[in-house]
Amino acid sequence: MENYLILNTLNYPILSLLLIVPAVGALVAMFLRGETLLKFWGLAVTLVTALISLPLWTRFDQTTAKYQFVELRHWFPALDLDFVVGVDGISVLLVLLTTLVMPLCVLCSWTYIKTRWKEFIIVTLLMETAMLGVFVSLNTVLFWIFWEGMLVPMYLIIAIWGGARKDYASIKFFLYTFCGSIFLLVAIVSMYIKTGTFFIPDLMAHDFGFSYQVWIFLACALGFAIKMPMFPFHTWLPAAHVEAPVAGSVILASILLKMGGYGFLRFCLPMAPAATVYFVPLLLVMSLISIVVGGYLALGQSDIKKLIAYSSVGHMGFVTLGIFLLNDAGIKGAMLQMINHGVTTGALFILIGIIYERTHSREIADNSKLGMFMPIYVTFLGIFSLSSLAFPGTNSFVGEFLVLFGAFDKYPLVGAVSILGAILAAAYMLRLMQKMVWDDSDGHAHHGDDHGDGHGDEGGHTLFDCNVREFVQLAFLTVFVFWIGLHPTPLLDMMDSSIAHLLHQIEAGSVMPEAVHHGESHALLNNAGTWIKNLF
Amino acid sequence: MNTIITSKILITMMIPMITGVLVMVTGKKENLRDSISTIGAILTFISVLSFLPVIQAGDQLQYTLFELYPGVTVKLNLDPLGVIFALVASFLWILASLYCVGYMRGLDEHAQTRFYVCYAVSVGAAMGAAFGGNLFTLYLFYEIVSIFTYPLVMHHQDKEGYWGAKKYIVYLMFTSKAFLLPAMIIIYVLCGTLDFNSANIAQGIFPPDADRFVVGIAYLLCFFGFAKAGVMPLHNWLPDAMVAPTPVSALLHAVVVVKVGVFSICRVMLSIFGTDILNETGLGLMTAYFVSFTILTASVIALTKTNLKARLAYSTVSQLSYIILGVAMLTPNSITGGLIHIANHAFAKITLFFAAGCIFVASGKKDISEMGGLGKRMPWTMVAFGLASLGMIGVPPVGGFVTKWYLALGTIDLHNWILLTVLLASSLLNAGYFVPVVLKAFFGKPLPADEGLTSSLEGKPLIMFMVVPLVITGILSVLVGVYPTLFLDLINLMVKS
Repeated sequence: MENYLILNTLNYPILSLLLIVPAVGALVAMFLRGETLLKFWGLAVTLVTALISLPLWTRFDQTTAKYQFVELRHWFPALDLDFVVGVDGISVLLVLLTTLVMPLCVLCSWTYIKTRWKEFIIVTLLMETAMLGVFVSLNTVLFWIFWEGMLVPMYLIIAIWGGARKDYASIKFFLYTFCGSIFLLVAIVSMYIKTGTFFIPDLMAHDFGFSYQVWIFLACALGFAIKMPMFPFHTWLPAAHVEAPVAGSVILASILLKMGGYGFLRFCLPMAPAATVYFVPLLLVMSLISIVVGGYLALGQSDIKKLIAYSSVGHMGFVTLGIFLLNDAGIKGAMLQMINHGVTTGALFILIGIIYERTHSREIADNSKLGMFMPIYVTFLGIFSLSSLAFPGTNSFVGEFLVLFGAFDKYPLVGAVSILGAILAAAYMLRLMQKMVWDDSDGHAHHGDDHGDGHGDEGGHTLFDCNVREFVQLAFLTVFVFWIGLHPTPLLDMMDSSIAHLLHQIEAGSVMPEAVHHGESHALLNNAGTWIKNLF
Repeated sequence: MNTIITSKILITMMIPMITGVLVMVTGKKENLRDSISTIGAILTFISVLSFLPVIQAGDQLQYTLFELYPGVTVKLNLDPLGVIFALVASFLWILASLYCVGYMRGLDEHAQTRFYVCYAVSVGAAMGAAFGGNLFTLYLFYEIVSIFTYPLVMHHQDKEGYWGAKKYIVYLMFTSKAFLLPAMIIIYVLCGTLDFNSANIAQGIFPPDADRFVVGIAYLLCFFGFAKAGVMPLHNWLPDAMVAPTPVSALLHAVVVVKVGVFSICRVMLSIFGTDILNETGLGLMTAYFVSFTILTASVIALTKTNLKARLAYSTVSQLSYIILGVAMLTPNSITGGLIHIANHAFAKITLFFAAGCIFVASGKKDISEMGGLGKRMPWTMVAFGLASLGMIGVPPVGGFVTKWYLALGTIDLHNWILLTVLLASSLLNAGYFVPVVLKAFFGKPLPADEGLTSSLEGKPLIMFMVVPLVITGILSVLVGVYPTLFLDLINLMVKS
């Protein structure tokens, strides 16, 4: 077991602390009174968690694919079940994304959430523990506990603080993701019966045989595809996004959707490599459909949140596309896209929250001509819209470029179809930007006399520009837009060893090894290649 | 040839960007804002000028800013082709920023600060494109130009403005996403790098065994990806973008925006594909025939336009294709003719647009039919207009003659009578749509409403802000014809290699 692990050398258990601090914070919040105190408590706990996580960045060893900062505690000896947490180059970035986004979730709710602050802080902090748990677990049981643990807080966030159709949206979210995770549990138990271990690296090393792998792959992939969400399992997402409060949307977009991609990389690819290669054509086609359908549906939306929600489907299509290209550029691009989507779409939802607080409407038509009133807001809107459409120099461009490079390198036709997604992204984001900033239709905007939907009245009738709190959140994310956009090397270096190792695992474990070898991609007339060529 | 690594070339790009920021900050104080704009332009020009001796000595300047992925970097590289474009654009920015003062204040335009900010950043991005050392950098700045000129096209924020701007951004963004992005990726897949081969225009960057079919696809994608060049059938945005204020049409749509497009196509042809591959595959000659269609058709359409700016717009479409035609013929003479037209067309066309704007501000006239007798009331403007028209037609000694001379030599080198005929026919067409304007202004009858008005329209101080720049550019368009050595030497540095 120790072959895969580097035990934590810091003089404190960093990963356990990351799990414990928000949970304890939630516990303490139960005894706190007063809205302001709770707000600051929530902010303080998330900020402390973010601070604790920073050594993961500075002390991470990029040269190894082993799991680092590992903590191993015997937990349930009868089942050989250990509490084991660790991060590698794939999960460490998602952990950092989570810890950095969570303070923003508290900040963006500052005036948006008006009731039940105590409950809000508690579920938000529990949510943070659960999400971090998913990324750091090296044990399938632990993984599944945290995976299911995310469901309830998220359900509550939508169901309590959501919009008009919150009941429908929250139930739909719950049922969809719960269905998916049931199959995941089946796979986990089945693998335990087969191998006698819950330890993820051991399961990765185990050769399951092709037909068994197919079932494992399908069971896991269903759960992850729903979470992602991939077409045709995406319908819960627009509903959930539209009804969720701003923090809920940010958590959903920035972090929850990444669970699917992470699951593919952690479970499907290494544990069922032969099945993965077998299913590549199917997954690629599903990804392409997600990209095109997501983009196309986004083009027709009049509700800003729905538009961004459908754009997420498209963006996540790029992530799965990159993952199932099974080459270096593709997976790196997919990883970067996950981070980028977290930054950019998170910011876009924060922006929508800001404007919703002012106009009480999510309709594009009600939020037009903002350029005249809110220059700072519009500047940020411009930056994040451009980032979302993968403008060169911004973060999404690098991710999209790598995925497209991986695609063109391997299956040029797949690349050509996915270009369609890039065009659609430009179309719907530019449309959104033009309508919100200037608007060419004849004045639907009634900023002076707009009566909202009764979602709180104070300050809703005038359009004031971003305040300091809002500015700080957006400026913080803007830094990442340009940093990743122009200098992604540190991020790519961090994931390099782990992705090389992952590709090696797939190569070693798959029956068609030539399909995954980067650089020899021209000789790929294997089953998968012909299969997909026949499709077009 | 030596490559000198220096961060100094960053300065040239940074000055316009900083100018943009300062303009934004000082937006409320009009005089300060407009002075900053002009000073920024002057400094930009000086900084480009300071690199000229190094380039003339045959060296190149280079600086790598960021690395996104191995072979994909933000890299600046200043070579003769880049310096020609940068010199022209930065010099004309000085005159344009003076002109803007007169125009924008003369018409009391709204949102002037936004205008100046976008103007400065667009020029800065064009500098970046000129300095781009690889395809990614070129693409990056190309896109920044698109985004920052969008508010300029839409400046009036009326129905026409929105429509023009929408068309503008749809054409440019669609083509760059649909064609340029895959082209860039295909080139990267084939070559493993996007860096230009600016040392040798013959070789390009493709490995010798690269699949010629795929190379051809990449070429076509590049060619249609740079829709800013206005080659038909992707030219349609240009006439509609003329709803922008005239200084925008002048600098951006005669010099910066469209030239970035043409420059990018030339750059890709010479530094990515190389003349050898284009010759071998016949893509060069194919391109030449293809743009010949644009040259002739756009000229014919220009004949039918009675609005002066619309006529100039179609003339631009036609003239831009000369540049591509020259490079596409792939002979040393024709490439010289094509590239020198970047400068010649810039000086002449900006004069024409300046004149059109000046006429509009001074007299409110847009249509050619209304301009009878205007030559007597605006003599300086109309003389400059006449000189620039001669340049467009290709009459010696104005700049355009040098272009046509070298282009004609190129066609003769190739023994290609079809292309020579195209050149001659298009010159006749140019004369056909420019000469009537000049004749009308000097010898035509004024409108009944203007009958008997003889007072000069050029005397007001604000109008002077426009007349002086346009007279200077008018004179310059002659000077580049009389003394083309500066640009010719620079082009020789490239062509010789």
